[in-house]
Amino acid sequence: MQKKFYALIYFLGFALLSTTLLAQETFPRNGVYDQRDGLYAFTNATIYQTYQDKIEKATLLIRDGKVVSVGKSVSIPKEAVIIDLSGKFIYPSFIEAYTELGLPKAEKKKSAGFRENMVSTKDGAYLWNEALRPEFRAYELFKSDSKAFETYRKVGFGSFMSHRIDGISRGTGMVGLLGDERAHLLLLKKEAAHVLSFKKGSSVQTYPTSLMGGIALLRQTYYDAKWYKDHGHKMETNLSLDAWNRVQSMPQIFDVRDQLEVFRAAKIGKEFGIKYIFKGNGDEYKRIDDIKATGSAFLIPVNFPDAYDVEDPYAAALISLSDMKHWELAPTNPAKLEAAGIEFAFTSDGLKKKSELLGKIRKAIKYGLSEKTALKALTHTPAKLLGIADHVGSLTTGKLANFIVCSAPIFDEKSTILHNWVRGKAHVLKALQEKDLRGVYRLTVGKNQYTLNVKGSMEKPTMMIELNDSTEIKVKYSLIDDLISLSYNLTGEKNDVVSLSGAVEQSGWGGNATLADGTWVTWKTGFTRALAEKEDKKEDKNADKDAAEDLKLGTVSYPFMAFGWTDMPKAETILIKNTTVWTNEKDGILQDTDVLLEGGKIKKIGKNLAAGSAKVIDGKDRHLTAGIIDEHSHIAISRGVNECSQAVTAEVSISDVVNSEDINIYRQLAGGVTASQLLHGSCNPIGGQSAIIKLRWGFAPEKMKFEKSAGFIKFALGENVKSSRSSRNNRFPDTRMGVEQVYMDAFTRAKEYEQAKKAGKADLRKDLELEVLIEILNDQRFISCHSYVQSEINMLMHVADRMNFRVNTFTHILEGYKVADKMKEHGAGGSTFSDWWAYKYEVIDAIPQNSSIMHEQGVLTAINSDDAEMGRRLNQEAAKAVMYGGTSEEDALKFVTLNPAKLLHIDQYVGSIKVGKDADVVLWSNHPLSIYAKADMTFIDGIKFFDRTLDKKLQAEVRAERARLIQKMLTAKNKGKATQPVKVKKQHLYHCDHGEDEMNH
Amino acid sequence: MNVFKNIIVAILTILSIQVSVAQQTPAPPQAKPIVIMGATAHLGNGEVIENSIIAFDQGKITAVGNQALAQDFSNHQKIDATGKHIYPGFIAPNSQIGLVEIEAVRATRDSREIGYLKPHVRSIIAYSTDSRVTPTIRSNGVLLSQVVPQGGRISGQSSIVHLDAWNWEDAIYKIDDAIHLNWPSAFSYSGWWAEPGTIKANKNYEKNTREIETFFQEAKAYHKSTNRSKKNLLFDAMTGLFDGSKTLHVHTSYARSMMSAVLMAEKHGVKIVLVGAGEAWKITDFLKKHKTFVILSDVHSLPSRTDDDIDQVFKTPSILAKAGITFCFSMNGAWQQRNLPFQAGHAVGFGLDYEKAIKALTSDAAKILGIDKTTGSLVRGKDATLIIADGDALDMRTCKIQHAFIQGRKIDVDNKQKALARKFRKKYADQK
Repeated sequence: MQKKFYALIYFLGFALLSTTLLAQETFPRNGVYDQRDGLYAFTNATIYQTYQDKIEKATLLIRDGKVVSVGKSVSIPKEAVIIDLSGKFIYPSFIEAYTELGLPKAEKKKSAGFRENMVSTKDGAYLWNEALRPEFRAYELFKSDSKAFETYRKVGFGSFMSHRIDGISRGTGMVGLLGDERAHLLLLKKEAAHVLSFKKGSSVQTYPTSLMGGIALLRQTYYDAKWYKDHGHKMETNLSLDAWNRVQSMPQIFDVRDQLEVFRAAKIGKEFGIKYIFKGNGDEYKRIDDIKATGSAFLIPVNFPDAYDVEDPYAAALISLSDMKHWELAPTNPAKLEAAGIEFAFTSDGLKKKSELLGKIRKAIKYGLSEKTALKALTHTPAKLLGIADHVGSLTTGKLANFIVCSAPIFDEKSTILHNWVRGKAHVLKALQEKDLRGVYRLTVGKNQYTLNVKGSMEKPTMMIELNDSTEIKVKYSLIDDLISLSYNLTGEKNDVVSLSGAVEQSGWGGNATLADGTWVTWKTGFTRALAEKEDKKEDKNADKDAAEDLKLGTVSYPFMAFGWTDMPKAETILIKNTTVWTNEKDGILQDTDVLLEGGKIKKIGKNLAAGSAKVIDGKDRHLTAGIIDEHSHIAISRGVNECSQAVTAEVSISDVVNSEDINIYRQLAGGVTASQLLHGSCNPIGGQSAIIKLRWGFAPEKMKFEKSAGFIKFALGENVKSSRSSRNNRFPDTRMGVEQVYMDAFTRAKEYEQAKKAGKADLRKDLELEVLIEILNDQRFISCHSYVQSEINMLMHVADRMNFRVNTFTHILEGYKVADKMKEHGAGGSTFSDWWAYKYEVIDAIPQNSSIMHEQGVLTAINSDDAEMGRRLNQEAAKAVMYGGTSEEDALKFVTLNPAKLLHIDQYVGSIKVGKDADVVLWSNHPLSIYAKADMTFIDGIKFFDRTLDKKLQAEVRAERARLIQKMLTAKNKGKATQPVKVKKQHLYHCDHGEDEMNH
Repeated sequence: MNVFKNIIVAILTILSIQVSVAQQTPAPPQAKPIVIMGATAHLGNGEVIENSIIAFDQGKITAVGNQALAQDFSNHQKIDATGKHIYPGFIAPNSQIGLVEIEAVRATRDSREIGYLKPHVRSIIAYSTDSRVTPTIRSNGVLLSQVVPQGGRISGQSSIVHLDAWNWEDAIYKIDDAIHLNWPSAFSYSGWWAEPGTIKANKNYEKNTREIETFFQEAKAYHKSTNRSKKNLLFDAMTGLFDGSKTLHVHTSYARSMMSAVLMAEKHGVKIVLVGAGEAWKITDFLKKHKTFVILSDVHSLPSRTDDDIDQVFKTPSILAKAGITFCFSMNGAWQQRNLPFQAGHAVGFGLDYEKAIKALTSDAAKILGIDKTTGSLVRGKDATLIIADGDALDMRTCKIQHAFIQGRKIDVDNKQKALARKFRKKYADQK
């Protein structure tokens, strides 16, 4: 036995010293050629040939870095080196699909400060936008990096894909082996995938500054590439587009920052017939059904967050319930993916230390993931996704000899990776320890005698000196090649360490020791007895108890935050009885009236309606109105409300970045809001397209959108578009004079483009920006124009007349009262603030009578918020029209209900209480224009999305759930688990002036 | 006759437009006694008198009662206010009225001086009586305001002004009433308003509070010193805190910071008022025990955290009232102050007693600002600073301020915005 062990060490040492196992070197050699067969037989092992085929007591035979055969009856050639792996386990080594291994990091050029870079700063025949680098090929810059490779090998990886993590198109990634050879021997596949993201990376170009800009850029690039392939290559040579077209046949990996980005990218993919593989964020479980519906495969990180350090209750108060819940539920993510039948591979990306990998995966297994899927996600799936399954991921004949040897089944807590063989070459992480030191020993040190307990796993036993029944002192030790050193401190006082050094022999251990005072004595052990089974399992039992506590989990709510639904609400048949109904129709205000909601619609309005099976709500002393519609809102938007980088950005759209996880949706439901136009900001004359949503709290972004709404777009005039707050503006326009020319130019180009289209010009490049402008010219898309002073308002109406389009709505329109007659003539509506003014120079003549005067002159008038806070009391803002302008109460209520519905062309569905319209209604506690009124219930499509009584219950639940999770985190800390300091991301509340770069955080 | 009448109307209209587009003219002193009959009087101290009689002369209230009041008002100018409501003029603490004209235009901002500790800086001398914004605030019933400098650790001294004056000397109601201290945040914020970063515990919190402590210790020593070798403008300004002539207004929202500030002030024998105080509802027992006054900020704001009760800001006033804490309302900024009454109204919708809300806007605000001996309620002997509204002044649905008096002077409740509305309504009327 002993002899065999030494023999093995010898052979392995030899193997490590030798150079390549492969024949035919191309490099010259300084010395004598040393070529070998690399013929090894690994016997008596439990071998996982694939993630699902396990063979016990089997042999693996490899030669020249490849698997020759695997099985129970493999005939072993005489010349093979035999390694007995009795009791050991062999797995195909893991594949890491997301790294930047062996590549130089992208360097960010110095940005130009406040000045804007309109075009790429990269020299050469490349794309106009430097965040797109499809021409980048990772393999061209690949270098072997033995230090980094070792950290990956230690956790069981044998191969990897590496790409440069930089930009929206990052170019191609290569597959390499984690060996120690020169790069040419490690490069397994030059180009395995094209990698994309929504991050600008090192680009110093201004465009895009927003996520929606990044999305528009990707879309346009897909079109540009197609045009280039068909026609453009005859007009220009564009190395980026060449490359873009070339890489489309490869797997497309998309790196996302959260689950919502999966949906955003998947939508683009669908448009262009691409199924992305997503490199996810570990939060896919939050909307697993929608994730499943994408049909995509995923690379999933396992960097489950540490508990927050919540000992300080004030710090604890900062953390949101959603962050705490994510801490608790993140380890369930892989199990949820498995249960949903979603194909995924694991990635170690995001782990602070690669060594955490197996621990995290074992945790995921405790939280419900099967071992089989875990192994599949480390081997089979990444190989398949990267198109390298012919080489790695399993150990069938002809595959690379890429495998690991473990002391126990890999997902056992105590399992250790002993060897990691890369293409037939051994990397010894730990010798194949064959001695089991465990047991109870009598330890004699000088004159003292102790009981030494050696327990735990065979590979890594722990050693404890037992002082009495309840006290054990930990002994530190190291064991290398049968030489052992131990040290302990029995009193725990300073300078009381005893150090032992000696040899481990069959007859016992022994050697010399230094006591705390420096005197030398001899020491020895004598084996007393083997461990009783119970002793070894005591710790396990405690651990089991802890694990059971850990596994008491909260539920996923929609959205994943406070006040989210655990059960989604459904449309009900509801009869609201005996209430005051503000119809917004000819009938005016009806007293003591019943309204029946059924099938998501307003079914009946009348007196003494029969309830039937409807749920009855007493409306006595209450008022029922149509839901409030906010014509100008910026809630529920992810990563940037403005794409400021160009004067015209019609190609971007808020509908690409609707954020369903914004608490302000819920808060505004409590203010009676049922629909909102989410507008692009106001930093350019032609901004992006809007999203019109219903405030369906809990629904995924796509399902919040107002299904039948027309398209809208934001225009803007005045101080914001001429960058008045910047003292160093270099973007045209800088004056109101320039603003007119932007419009003239844009619509002139759009008309020419349309003509070319109509003429069937074959080589016309599809221009998303101009396509949108054509929609405006054809009354298929409507304008909501941010505007303040009368000169610019008149200007735009003149431009519109000349170019033959109509301005649907002037929003803000604070000087609308000065030009109401002209607006009326043009057919423009006005959506204004009730009383805002004096916040900037162009609002110096704003007056709170504005809405009333526009209305008096026959302008279709609305009052909007542009503000998350004001959005929850728009009924009060409407009442100000009564106070300041003398508008009738019925008309004032229409300013926030029917009129914005008309402005948004959705009045055939919403905006009044009329049979057949959507059941989007609010039941108020009081006169709806009174400051004392509260929305008691808010319905959308007959679904009760807000109920003040339920809100109380939800608040109690939020408090209870927070308390539970805080206790759980404190327990985790007390048990010595890692914690992180409290640090939370502040929520971004948008107004239309915001224009900062949001593409990189 | 009709033609003549039309001409008169036209001339008057033209005159009014011309007069109004310029600034409002400050009212002259009260010339003769006035009595207001028949209104519902909200006295500001919690009492209500239906069908009331309120009389005032030479700027002071001379009689308050109902129709049973046996007094001869024959020499009084009579105002019939049947069906209307009378309130003491509303008080807006912690405003930037007269310091900021147009927020985005730097040249019109005078609220933030450079520096960290600047108790010597005084808002009153920058207070502009000619602001076009002020009349729009008066029109909604706000007649007095505490004008507060901002920025730094100690931002300077505020003064209390009435909103109808020729110049800042005239406007003074109480000069240099308080020194404003921005308590260090327990949290540090990265990023800026447009690009918020992360929030985490402020590592320098203790260092920052120690700086305050040191400054107060040295200022106090300076105050006690009989032999000052060097004159120190900062410490000179601080002496008012130690002799009781000034109040320390500490701006903070966090419960723990509020408690630290109160204990610090007590230790130094300084009168303290908490401003902002978003989390005051969490420490009502402490505030009550220490008899601390609270100036609440912005009922119309969002909950500070996602998980918070969505209505917390609306409920806080009623929680404080029920706990017996003396508080009043405030808002940040200048033009926004016209919405102050509606903040109180909104709190009424969430459980605050109506007369208690009026009290917070009037007599309790006066008490907190130390001007309650002479103003803040409709009581004999106090200033005749009051408003007459068509309806409920806390509800925009009904609020229409008809008349306003500051110390008996009948002030102009017109403003630039009303004038612009008239101007353009006339334009449209003429076009037809």
